[in-house]
Amino acid sequence: MKIRSMKRRAAFGLGLLLGLLTFAPPGGSAAEPIRIGAFLAVTGPASFLGAPELKTLEMYIEEINGAGGVLDRPLELIAYDAQHDAKKAVTFVKRLIFQDRVDLIIGGSTTGTTMAVIPLVERAGVPFISLAGASVIIDPVKRWVFKTPHTDRLAVARVFEDMVARGLSGIGLLSGSGGFDQSCRGNAKALAEVHGLTVLADELHASGDTDMTPQLTRIRTTPGVDAILYCGFGAPTSIVAKNLRQLGIDLPHYQTHGSASQKFIDGAGAAAEGTRLPAAAVIVAEQLPDDNPQKAVGLAYREAYEARYQEPISTFGGHAYDALMLAVGALERAGTTDKEAVRTAIETTERYIGADGIYTMSPTDHLGLDTESFVMVEVHDGGWRLVE
Amino acid sequence: MTAALLQYLISGVTIGAIYALVGLGFSIIYNASKVINFAQGEFVMIGGMAAVFLVADGLPMVAALPLAVLLAVLVGIGLERVAIAPARGASVVTLIIITIGASILLRGTAQLVWDRNFHTLPGIGGGMPIEVLGATILPQAVLVICATMAIVAALFWFFKATRTGQAMLATSYDPTAALLVGIDTRRVLTLAFALAGGLGAIAGILITPIGMTYAGVGVMLGLKGFSAAMVGGLGSPMGAIAGGLVVGIAEALTAGYLSSAYKDAVAFVIILLVLVTRPSGLFGRRDGISL
Amino acid sequence: MSAGQSAGLGLLAVILAALPFVLDNPYHFEIAILVCLNATVCVGLNLLIGYAGQISLGHAGFFALGGYASAILTLSYDWPPLGALAAGALGVAVLAHVVARPILQLKGHYLAMGTLGLGVIISIALNREVELTGGPDGTIVPPFSVLGWMPFESLEWYAITAGLMFVTVWLSLNLIGSPIGRALRALHGSEVAAETLGVNTASHKNLLFVASAVLAAVCGSLYAHFSGFITPTEGAFHHSIELVTMVVLGGMASVFGAVVGAALLTIAPQVLTVFHDYESIVFGAVLMGMMIVLPRGLVPGLVRLVQSVGFGR
Repeated sequence: MKIRSMKRRAAFGLGLLLGLLTFAPPGGSAAEPIRIGAFLAVTGPASFLGAPELKTLEMYIEEINGAGGVLDRPLELIAYDAQHDAKKAVTFVKRLIFQDRVDLIIGGSTTGTTMAVIPLVERAGVPFISLAGASVIIDPVKRWVFKTPHTDRLAVARVFEDMVARGLSGIGLLSGSGGFDQSCRGNAKALAEVHGLTVLADELHASGDTDMTPQLTRIRTTPGVDAILYCGFGAPTSIVAKNLRQLGIDLPHYQTHGSASQKFIDGAGAAAEGTRLPAAAVIVAEQLPDDNPQKAVGLAYREAYEARYQEPISTFGGHAYDALMLAVGALERAGTTDKEAVRTAIETTERYIGADGIYTMSPTDHLGLDTESFVMVEVHDGGWRLVE
Repeated sequence: MTAALLQYLISGVTIGAIYALVGLGFSIIYNASKVINFAQGEFVMIGGMAAVFLVADGLPMVAALPLAVLLAVLVGIGLERVAIAPARGASVVTLIIITIGASILLRGTAQLVWDRNFHTLPGIGGGMPIEVLGATILPQAVLVICATMAIVAALFWFFKATRTGQAMLATSYDPTAALLVGIDTRRVLTLAFALAGGLGAIAGILITPIGMTYAGVGVMLGLKGFSAAMVGGLGSPMGAIAGGLVVGIAEALTAGYLSSAYKDAVAFVIILLVLVTRPSGLFGRRDGISL
Repeated sequence: MSAGQSAGLGLLAVILAALPFVLDNPYHFEIAILVCLNATVCVGLNLLIGYAGQISLGHAGFFALGGYASAILTLSYDWPPLGALAAGALGVAVLAHVVARPILQLKGHYLAMGTLGLGVIISIALNREVELTGGPDGTIVPPFSVLGWMPFESLEWYAITAGLMFVTVWLSLNLIGSPIGRALRALHGSEVAAETLGVNTASHKNLLFVASAVLAAVCGSLYAHFSGFITPTEGAFHHSIELVTMVVLGGMASVFGAVVGAALLTIAPQVLTVFHDYESIVFGAVLMGMMIVLPRGLVPGLVRLVQSVGFGR
C-alpha cells in the first residue's frame, strides 16, 4: 500500500515535470518582414509610460502595413513587457537580439531599463532608439543608441527659469532612487546655482514607497523653502501630489515631463491642481498658435490615438511615435535593413517634424531635438493648460 | 519641532495599526497550526484590489467592501483546505515553501484577473486633512486607528466569551488535549485561516486610500506584519498589536529624524535585535501562547 | 563516495561535455550558464539546509554582495576582476562568520526569520546606497578578465561555470562521505545526540554557513561579469526563496537533487514566458503541488520509486 502510494506520488511529480519541459521556446521564422523589437514598461509602476507607447507602436505599425509596409516589406512588432525592471530588460533584449533576430530595437520606457541594455546593444551592434528621459543615455554619445524625449537636464532648466520668473529662490527637492530620478536630481543640484537658486532640502524616497509624508514633513520644516521640485515618474508622482495636500503644504509644486500623462492627474485627483511641469507641446496641441509647426502633427496624432483607444494621449505615446517614424524614415533612406546603414541613416536624420519637436541628428547629437517645443504646462481643472 | 514629531507619530500609529492587523493574522494561524503563513500579505492585497475593482464595476461601497473581505476569507479557507491540510506533519521548510508558493500563485492570479497597475480608493472625508496642533491627520487615518481598535476589542471578546473562541485558544495551547476533550481541531484550523484572511483584507481596504494598492503590495506589508508578530512574540495576539505599533512608530521616527531611505530596514533590524537578545519576543513565553 | 554517487558524477560530466554540441545560439548558452551558476549556489546551500538542517532565507544577499563587490571594485576602483572577486568572497566570509553565531542559535521559524531579516537588510542597503550601487536600476559591470584573457564568447563562459559547478559537486560528495559529513548528518538527526557524541555542532554549522555564503558570493561575482549588469533584485527576498526552492524541489540532502532543482527552476521561467501572463500562476502552483505531493523533493522521490520497483516489495 505504502509503496503504491509512493509510486503514485512520484508519477504525479514526473507528470508535472514533463508538462513543463514540453513547452519549448519559439524559434525564429523565415525572414520576410522587417522585425522591430520593443521592450516597454507596459504594466507596473511605470505603466503610464509603457502602455501608451505600446498602443502607439501597434496602431502605427498596423497603419504602415496597411499602406504597403516599408521597402515593400511588412513591419513585424515583437514587444515584451519588461516593466520597470532592469534585469527583465536585459533578458528580453538578449532574446530580441539572439532569438528573435530583430533589425532594430525601440524601448526602454525608463532610464534604468535603457542604461541596463546599452552594453549589450553596443556589443551586438543593433540600432536602438530609447524612449527614456535622462541625459546620460546620449551624453556621452554611444554609437548605436538614440533617444526621442527631451532630457531631464532641459526639464530642470525649464523649471528653474519658471521659478526665477515667479520670484522663487529656495528649492525643496524630493527624488526617487531610479536612474531618471537620480540623473534629474544631479542636474537640479548642478543647475540651481546657474539660475541663482539654492537647493535647501534634498530628500530621497525608495522605489515602491507609497507614503512620502516623512520626507515632505522634513522639507516643510526646512526654513527658506518656497518651491518644491519632484524628480521622478510613474505612480509616485501622484502620491507626492496627494501627500502635499494631505500635509496642507501649498507651496508652488513642480514635477518633470515624467508626469506628463492624464494618469498623473487622475491618480492625484484635486491634489494635482496647480502642479507645473515642462512637457512636449503635443499634450496642449490645441492651445498652440496656428503657425507652430508642432500643432498639425500633434493634433493628427491625438485624433488618431484618441479615436482608437478612447483615452487621452500622453507625451509618452508621442515618444514612441517619434521613435517609430525616425526608424521608418531611416529604413527608407537606407534602402536596406543592414544595421550599419540604418544606424547611419538615423544619425543623419534632418528636420523630421515629430510629436516631440523637430529632430536633426548628428554624430555628436543622438537626440537632435529642438527646445522650442518643450513648454511649461500647469494642471488646471483636471487637464493641462499652457503656461505663457 | 513638536508639530513635526506629532506628524511622524500620526503616520507611525496609522501604519502600525495596519501591521498589527497583519501580524494578528500571522499569530492566529500560527497558534492553530504552527504554520507561518507567508501568503498573509496576499490577503491584504486581495482585500484592497477586490474593493478597488468591485467599486470600479459600479458596486456601491457598502456592498463592495464586505464582498472583498468575503473573498479573502474564502481564499483563506481554500488555502487551508488545498495546501495546508494535505501537508500536515511536513517539515518547517516544506510548509514555508508551500505558503510561499501560495503567495506567488495568488499574486499571479491577481495580476491576471485584475492588473499590474497602482490603484486607490476614495477615503472618507474627501482626503481633506484635519489640523491638530500644527500637524495634519487624514480622516481616513482616524478611521484606520478606530477600526483597528474595534477589531481588536471584538477579537478579544471572541476569544474570551465564545465557545468557538475558547476552542481556538485551547487548541493553540495543546492540540492533542483539545482533540481529547472533543474540540474539532480541523474546524479550528479552517476558522483560523478564515479569520486571518478577513483581518488581512480589512487592513488592505483601510490602507488603500492612504497609500496605494497593486498586485505586489502584499510582499512588504506581509513581511512587516510578520516582524510585528515576531517582535511581540510569535503566537501572542496582544504582542502582535504591540509589535505592530512598535514597528510602525520606529519606522516613522527613523524616516523623520535619521534617514528616510532606510525606513524599510527598521522592521528587520528590530527583528534581528529581538531574535538575538530575546528570541521569544517582547510578550511571548518561550514556546507558549499568551493573550 | 558510493557507486551510485560515482555513476551520478560520471553522468553529470557527460551531460556537461555534450551540451555545447546541442546548444545552438547565445540565448540557449545563456540559460545553460545560469543553470550552472544557480546549481553551484544550490549545492552549497543544500549542504546547509539538507545536511545541517539549517534553513537560510537570506542567501541571495550574499550572492548580491559578491556581485556588487565585483561591480564596484572593478568599475570605480580599477581592481582586477579576480582580485575583486576574491575581496567580495572574503568580505562575505567575514560577514557570514560574524552573524553566524547569534543567528544559528535560532531554530525553525526563528532561524528562517533571522536569515530573512539579514537578507532583506542587505537588499535594502543595495537599493538605497544610490551613489555606490546605482540604486534600484543597478549598475554596469566591466567584462571579466584573467591575465589578459577575457572570456566573451558564450562557450568560454560556459566552460568556466560548468567547470566550477562540477568541482563543487565533486567536493561536496567528498565532504559528505568524510567524517565531517557524517558528523553533519548526525546534526540534522538530533543536535543534542550529536553533541553528546562529541560533535562540535556550533563550529560545524558555522563552517557550512560560511562556506555556502562564500560559494554564493563567488557565483554572484561571476554572474555580474557575465551579464555585464547587476541590479538589487539579485539580493531580493524573492531570489532567496528561489534558491531555497531549487534545493527543496530537487531534494534536500541530495547533491544531484540541488543540481536538478536549479536546472528546472532556471529553465522553467524562460519557457514560461511563452505564456507570460500565466508565468507566476504556473510557478506558484508547481511549487505548492510538488511540496504537497513530493515533500522530500524530486530526486530522492524518484530514487525511491526506482528502488521500490527494482527490489520488489
